[in-house]
Amino acid sequence: MAGKSFFIDTTKCTACRGCQIACKNWNRNGASQTKNTGSHQNPPDLDGNTFKLVRFSEVEDNGKVAWYFFADQCRHCIEPPCKDAIEGYVSEAVVKDEATGAIFYTEKAKEAPFDEVKTSCPYDIPRKAADGRIVKCTMCIDRVSNGLIPACVKICPTGAMNFGERDAMLALANERVEKLKGAYPKAKILDADQVRVIYLVVDDPRKYHKNAVAGLSPAVDRRLARRQLLKPLGDLVRVVASV
Amino acid sequence: MTNHWIDLANSDCILIMGSNAAENHPISFKWVMKAKEKGACVINVDPRFTRTSTKADIYAPLRSGTDIAFLGGMIKYILENNKFFNDYVINYTNASYIVGEKYDFKDGLFSGYNAEKRAYDAATWAYETDENGIPKKDPTLQNPRCVFQLMKKHYSRYDLETVCSVTGTPKEDLLKVYEAYSKTGVPDKAGTIMYAMGWCQHTVGVQNIRTMSIIQLLLGNMGIAGGGVNALRGESNVQGSTDQGLLFHIWPGYIPTPTASLATLADYNKKNTPVSKDPLSANWWQNRPKYVASYLKTLFGDKAQSDNDFCYGWMPKLEEGKPYSWLDLFDAMYRKELTGFFSWGQNPACSGANSNKTREALGNLEWMVVVNLFDNETASFWKGPGMNPKKVKTEVFYLPCAASMEKEGSLANSGRWTQWRYKAQEPPGMAKPDGDIIFELFEEIRKVYKKPGGAFPDPILNLKWDYATKHNFDPHLVAKAINGYFTKDVTIGDKTFKKGDLVPAFAMLQADGSTSCGNWIYCQSYNQDGNNMARRDKADESGIGLYPKWSWAWPVNRRIIYNRASVDLTGKPWNPKKAVVEFVGEVKDGKYVTQKWKGDIPDGPWYPLKNPDGTAREDGKYAFIMKSDGFASIFGPGLKDGPFPEHYEPMECPIDKNLFGSQITNPVAAVFSTARDIIKTCDPRFPFVGTTYRVTEHWQTGVLTRWLSWLIEAEPQIFVEMSEQLARLRGIANGEMVIVESARGVLEAVAIVTKRFQPFKILGQEVHQVGLPWHYGWVWPPAGGDAANLLTASVGDPNTRIPESKAFMVNVRKKGV
Repeated sequence: MAGKSFFIDTTKCTACRGCQIACKNWNRNGASQTKNTGSHQNPPDLDGNTFKLVRFSEVEDNGKVAWYFFADQCRHCIEPPCKDAIEGYVSEAVVKDEATGAIFYTEKAKEAPFDEVKTSCPYDIPRKAADGRIVKCTMCIDRVSNGLIPACVKICPTGAMNFGERDAMLALANERVEKLKGAYPKAKILDADQVRVIYLVVDDPRKYHKNAVAGLSPAVDRRLARRQLLKPLGDLVRVVASV
Repeated sequence: MTNHWIDLANSDCILIMGSNAAENHPISFKWVMKAKEKGACVINVDPRFTRTSTKADIYAPLRSGTDIAFLGGMIKYILENNKFFNDYVINYTNASYIVGEKYDFKDGLFSGYNAEKRAYDAATWAYETDENGIPKKDPTLQNPRCVFQLMKKHYSRYDLETVCSVTGTPKEDLLKVYEAYSKTGVPDKAGTIMYAMGWCQHTVGVQNIRTMSIIQLLLGNMGIAGGGVNALRGESNVQGSTDQGLLFHIWPGYIPTPTASLATLADYNKKNTPVSKDPLSANWWQNRPKYVASYLKTLFGDKAQSDNDFCYGWMPKLEEGKPYSWLDLFDAMYRKELTGFFSWGQNPACSGANSNKTREALGNLEWMVVVNLFDNETASFWKGPGMNPKKVKTEVFYLPCAASMEKEGSLANSGRWTQWRYKAQEPPGMAKPDGDIIFELFEEIRKVYKKPGGAFPDPILNLKWDYATKHNFDPHLVAKAINGYFTKDVTIGDKTFKKGDLVPAFAMLQADGSTSCGNWIYCQSYNQDGNNMARRDKADESGIGLYPKWSWAWPVNRRIIYNRASVDLTGKPWNPKKAVVEFVGEVKDGKYVTQKWKGDIPDGPWYPLKNPDGTAREDGKYAFIMKSDGFASIFGPGLKDGPFPEHYEPMECPIDKNLFGSQITNPVAAVFSTARDIIKTCDPRFPFVGTTYRVTEHWQTGVLTRWLSWLIEAEPQIFVEMSEQLARLRGIANGEMVIVESARGVLEAVAIVTKRFQPFKILGQEVHQVGLPWHYGWVWPPAGGDAANLLTASVGDPNTRIPESKAFMVNVRKKGV
């Protein structure tokens, strides 16, 4: 499959937060006032100013402590449910870039009801900015279209963050899984067929983050389901209307 | 570092101890992960499971302040299991030296201790020498008074049981670490150590590092690719600051500061120039007079001549035996002995141990000049918590300065690479680069001294101060002065240099005043080839990541120092696959006939000690050229607290005895005695071990980083990490605001209750440890919290006098209890 992909090897991540900060830097995002609630994870969740968040998870296994780091971001799904959700309300609001497969929103996306957009995402990614726009990782499409790599990938010192042609990233990911399987029998990559942001973990993904993988979806939102059912009809209506 | 950052990727076994490299030197982990990809084993030893620990193959916990016990156990393991690299130990270390009869060690004390003075007379630690002063040796290592046997005896007490009881490290973890690390004691395996403040900031700090140096020598890890003893420096140019002599006890290039009794240059040179009668010892410091004379020529130019001792008499001298370190300065300030103070690019009110003592001391000054980018707890000390501004008479001047990208100059990194930086933008408003401030300040001072009535105006009026181009401070002029010039036409060998030529390298420096050089180890940094520090050529043929044309490293661009130890006595690499240097002179009839090395700059260009046919050469040199005898020290008689590292407890500790001997704490540790110097050891009111550390997201006292919204968002306030067991004991919930207190100060912090701290079993008792980051201060942000150094004590290592910020005793309790 053409286009770009990220490969995020959590076994190389040291949670330095370089990616979290570089993303804010490139996007000129602000920061919110936070409190330490007993964790190093801050801000506590993705938000209108935070498109890339390092999640910290302490677990205990047979008396041994493990600390997993999950640098969360939009997965740039191959078939993004958020695109369907938004396009049910407004057109020209979501772009699936042909060259890279990047999914990014235009200003118009804010005309769709935010709650519906948020719940349509199996990874709980879209957030609302202060000015009402719906925002998330853009795959640094402005950088990538100019031959650069995304800011989070550029800053990563250890090689946890990787970016390139999808086939190459998948090959790299599978190579890593093979190498790690000996010491880590649970090593695997997540939802690789459905997303362009492929994470490698060495334990149950839910120990990293509850939305590390597309969960068994809750009952699909009825409005979304109806729209998907009627989508071909809707397209027909638009075609007819434009003639 | 003896090696450098990229070289970490060459290692087979990386021990990260006394460091949390992933968090505090995040870019270093690029190279650690590369080593791991190639199959290296990463070992992390730390009281707490950190972000570094998550990447380690082996993690072992240990109680803060017990590193010598841990490592002493490794020495015992290496000796007992014959893991040491025999040829290396015999030929490159002083293991075979015979120590004098008077040397003794008994019950925690070395011979020569004077309890009243709290000091050792090191005379009894001397070697047995021949009539030429050359140490006697036993290459069979059997003589009971040879260093090897004395070391064996010394560490025989460091058995697994005892080490486990003192460190709290489970025995199986000790063995795992010892086994894995000692695998590097063979010619084709390299082990390296990454360490930082976790080792330095103790009353046994220097000895912590010495213990590891002994291990590295036993295993043959010094001078090789992927080996070395690697200090991870904590500031982008702190390496530069020590190189340029900013510490009280040294002039630039690690030349000792003269004491008052050394009245003439001849006295100074006699005292400080080591002599060796062994023709095979390069004894490089015998060249000291050349560097001293050249330094004085830089300072005083034409005024400095051989008939006036090059103005040596104008240089400030230290009083005999008096230390002027940080702790001593603030102690003097506290006792009202100082009038004024320049607090330049620092924040002592938060960074110095015992913040309450420091803050009170600042109020005793008549004036203070603060040079910094932002407001901070030092500049505003007079309106800090507990201060009454009406009672503070200190006049504070604030000079805003430029940030690092707003000025030009070199930064020396941990690996001794002196990378030149350009100016990216102008500083805002009235802010100026430090160089400009110093330059202009001195011009004003000199104006004042031109008027009659100044005390001792000569050095001030005669200091060479021509560092401006078109009236503006010019760092290039300083860089060239540091490199050095010929002050007259000089012929060396078959080459004639003209007056005003830059000196090519320090081998050409002279003691007769014909050269100037601001810092002999930087000679070559900016010479006839240009600004070598600014080079950015990525060419590298070494195969081990030396990158010899990227910037410039001191000395003489040698990237891995002590590399003469990376080859055998005939000059062939112990590990040809990762050769650092190799002697490739032509061979005729089994003997070398031409002198040629390839690879890194060899640590001295001399022939090897032996020919390929095994015959000895008279023109070779021993490997460790900076030691007067040419051998690396396993037995180290030059330190204040003993020739062998010995475990002593921190000045404040949780137990009332030391299993290794009757002497509980370091008998020569630096201590102070003002009303603010309260030590409460083994006190039930302060039952937990406290330590301080850092996070990736902030830097030092947060004096720069607390003002950056993205960073303060990620780590908004001071926290105290504690075990779940301790939290249960004190009824503390995760995220709750708690009180942390020591005998010296108290603060509030958010509790992070974590599995990553586990209680230690020490001498059969359960001992808890907690830790806080020292990045915060009351100035900003409003809810950020205050300095962790409110808790720490003004006690220090006897050699460096660095404070023991890594181990002290505290109490933690719920607010309102």
